[in-house]
This record gives sequence, C-alpha cells and structure tokens, in this order.
Amino acid sequence: MKKPQYKIRVTKCVAHLFLLSLTVITYYQAIIGTDLTGQYINDPVKFVIHFSGMTGLQVLLLTLLISPLAQKFKQAWLMQTRRMFGLYVAFFACLHVFSFWLFELNFQVDLFIEELVKRPYIWLGMLALTLLLALSVTSINKIRAKMGPNWQKLHNWVYLVLVLVWVHFYWSVKATPTETLIYLAIVISLLAIRHKKLLKGLKALKRNEKIS
Amino acid sequence: MLIKKTSTSDISENEVTPENIYKDRRKIIKSLGFLGAGALLSGQSQQAHAISWFKDKDEEKSALKALKYQADEPFTEALTPEAKITSHNNFYEFGTRKTDPKQYEGMLTVNPWQLNVDGLCANPFKLNYEDLFSKYPLQERIYRMRCVEAWSMVIPWVGIPLADVIKQAQPNGQAKFVAFETLYRPEEMPGQKSRFAGGGIQYPYVEGLRIDEAMNPLTLLAVGLYGKELPTQNGAPIRLVVPWKYGFKSIKSITRIKLVNQKPPTTWNLSAPQEYGFYANVNPKVDHPRWSQAQERRLGSGGLFSQNYIPTLPFNGYGEQVAHMYKDMDLAKFY
Repeated sequence: MKKPQYKIRVTKCVAHLFLLSLTVITYYQAIIGTDLTGQYINDPVKFVIHFSGMTGLQVLLLTLLISPLAQKFKQAWLMQTRRMFGLYVAFFACLHVFSFWLFELNFQVDLFIEELVKRPYIWLGMLALTLLLALSVTSINKIRAKMGPNWQKLHNWVYLVLVLVWVHFYWSVKATPTETLIYLAIVISLLAIRHKKLLKGLKALKRNEKIS
Repeated sequence: MLIKKTSTSDISENEVTPENIYKDRRKIIKSLGFLGAGALLSGQSQQAHAISWFKDKDEEKSALKALKYQADEPFTEALTPEAKITSHNNFYEFGTRKTDPKQYEGMLTVNPWQLNVDGLCANPFKLNYEDLFSKYPLQERIYRMRCVEAWSMVIPWVGIPLADVIKQAQPNGQAKFVAFETLYRPEEMPGQKSRFAGGGIQYPYVEGLRIDEAMNPLTLLAVGLYGKELPTQNGAPIRLVVPWKYGFKSIKSITRIKLVNQKPPTTWNLSAPQEYGFYANVNPKVDHPRWSQAQERRLGSGGLFSQNYIPTLPFNGYGEQVAHMYKDMDLAKFY
C-alpha cells in the first residue's frame, strides 16, 4: 500500500508545479508585454485568453484519458489523481472567462452581460463552465458521500462538457485551423473508447424522458 | 556581435556581379543545402526550419531596401512599433496563426514580379518589380488599420494612390468594380499547398472594390512600411490598403488588378457570407455575429494592464473622406 501513495503524491506534486508555474510564467509575460527572450507578446490579451482556454481543454482531455490508462495498464492508483486534474479544468475555465471579461472587455459589466446574451458560442462555453462548477462542488468528499449513486450520474455530464468545449473552440475561430481538427480527433477517440457506456447512458436518458 | 567593417573603396560581390546572376547563384547554393537537409527531414515546419538554417541573414536584412518617398504629416496617434506590425499578421497563405507569416520573411520570391492591370480599359499594362518602386512617386501615408477581429494598429505605409494606377489604365464606362488577386504559388506558400495549413479558405485570395472606392484618394497600393520595402508577411511586394474598411479587404501580394462590370467575389465573403460582407466598412453599430465591433484594442508596446481600449469610429474615423459614397445605403444590410 505504501508504494501507490508515494506515486500519487509525486504525480500530484509534479502536476501542481507544472500547471501553476506555466500559468504564472504566461501571465507574467503578458503583463510585461514581452516574452522571456525580450520579443513582444503581440496581443497580450488574446495570448492569455487562448492560453487559459487551450490549457483547460488540454487538461480536460488528460483527465478523461486517466481512466482508460488506469484500466489498460492496471494502475488503479492513477484514478486518485483524477479529481485534481478535473479541478484544474474548472480553474482554467474560470481563468478564461475572467481574462475575457477583464482584458478583452476592460471589465465593463454591461458589455460582458451583452456578450453573454448575444453570442451563441459563449452560451455553450458558459453552459460548460456551469457544469464544471457543479462537478467541482460535488467533488467534496462529504457531498459526494451524501449523493450516493446520483454522484456518478451527475459526473457523467463531463462528456457533454467535452463536446460543448470543442464546439465552443471551433465556433470561436475564423476558417478552420488544423488545430481544431486535431482536437476533434482526440475528442472522438475519447468518446469512442467509452461508446458502450455512453450508449447505455443515452438509452437511460430516453427511458427517463418517456416515464416523465 | 560581429561588426564587419567595410571601407567605401571595397567592392562587394554583389556590385561586380549583375544582380540577377548574384541572386540566382545564392538560390542555387541555398537549394543545394536544402536538398541535403530535405533528405534528413520531412514535414512542412521542418522544411521551414531547414530553409531558415541556410538563409543568409545579411541578405535578408539588406533585401528590405530603403525607399525614397514624400513624408506624411505627423500623426496625432502613436505609431504601432515596427516589430509588432511585422510579426502579428493574418496572411493565411503562410499559416493561420498570427505568428506564422513572419517565419517566412524573405522566403517569397518577389523579384521578378508581375502585376497585371487589365479588364475593361483602353490601356491595359504590366508592372514589374522595379516599376513598383520607380514608376510613380511614392508617398508616405500614416493610417489606422482596424482588423475585423477588433484589434487595431497605426501604420506608416509607403505607396502609390490606387487612383493613379487605374487612371493610367483608362477604364471605360462599363468598369464599375475593381477585382484584385493575390499571387498563387503553392510551392512558396504552404497555406495554398495544404488545405490544413491554409485554414480551408479558397486560394488565390481575391478581393474587390467599387470603382469609386478604388478611386478615392485614401485608397493606397502600399509597397513599403516604415520607410522600407514591405517584408513578406506584410504583403510584399505590393498590397492594397483601404483604411476605412476592415483589414481583410487590404489584399496582399497582388498580381492582378482587373476592371470589371460586376461585383467580384471576395475570399472571406465566400468563406462565411453571413459574417463578412463585400463592403466591410468599419462600423461600430454593426456587430460581427460573434463579437461586438463597438470598441477596439490598439496594439502598442504595453502589456495586459496597459491596453488601450478605444471606441471604434464609423469608417474607422475617415467618414469625412468616404461617408458620401454610402449616403443612400443601409449599412446594416450592406455590411
């Protein structure tokens, strides 16, 4: 039992160090307006908005990769790092919205609300953020214990978050950069690994609809 | 840093060798090096690096020759730093990220160049590379540039009023529009070679103006920037600048200007007609479907907390010179 505990701690420690220092370095560069080699950060605002959004998406993909990896390589301890990664997804999503409001919209409340109301691609993003916050709050052990089997039901919505986030990303760019397609391929693969579970879940949803 | 001193009496190789032979020789040497590296590497980005390894830095620097021009009056707003103007570019022919085009600086062959001016006119003609800089008196024009993505710059262009070029062609009465076309050369433009690298838009890039817009004194064919000839990423050797319209109207690396009688197709309108219209006049009252156009961020040298947020002006502040051309039009409909 001792060994997995040690692995979990090291993994978490490395992840914290990496993600937090990456965030600090990125925002530091944007704040001073030049990168570490002294070159201009051309558009510091877009720089931090893209960073927080893309890192959030990447960590989400990583989070969803953990259970297939743990199963495939019989490394059950990996599952115990998953909550931390999931919470980082919510952290970057909040940072993303905050950066957009603070730096793109110059912290104007009316403009922020107007954008929330007017832009369908922002609705998707906000829906994803709301779900992520719900998942974060219910990740507290006490709440989780109280929820019983409903906890897993709620947390299955993470697959919807994945789809919403990708569509939000694709919708926000001009034309079709290669990047969006690469991410689509990863999203599809992550869903495909779980196709049995997802189909079962969808059927259950339909049944519930009929009953109600 | 190595500082090579040359006295004025020294003759360099490019002075004793005719320029075109000198350049060809360079090209052969470079392509030899490239072939060798190509055997080891594959993939586009690696190719780009392979070329830059063999790029002669001095040649690249001196390639941007200084221009002689009539200076503009001092501008009331601060100029965007040159380093920013030359490294923050939308030029999908060289990749979709704004930092991509700079990687190809100096790698587009601009000499020889041929710009065809033709269509519904009495005097169609061609301009070669030298003509672009010598046939017309060059003027400096300091203009605001407003991107449809809601950022903006202030740029000191050097160029030729488009009206001068069109007048020389002597358009006939049927010529109602002007169509522009960018160079199509996939072997030098990776975005044209691969759908993925080019963001999936159609190439060659095409743009258009109404003839009165083209003849407006503000409309410029730019051949230079900050007093030097244009670098690749800014649309070398000749590009359009229409300061009261969103940046995507200002087509780069033009090879054809054609006088036509119907509204010509335009690239971004073909790609997403509900988002990008033919006119694309800067208009704070007409939102892009995905974002507001009411304000813009002026890109300067500052960081996150020293951003310059300014309200966007109708026609990008050039209403006095251009609004009369649209006085009977519903600008929300003709966006």
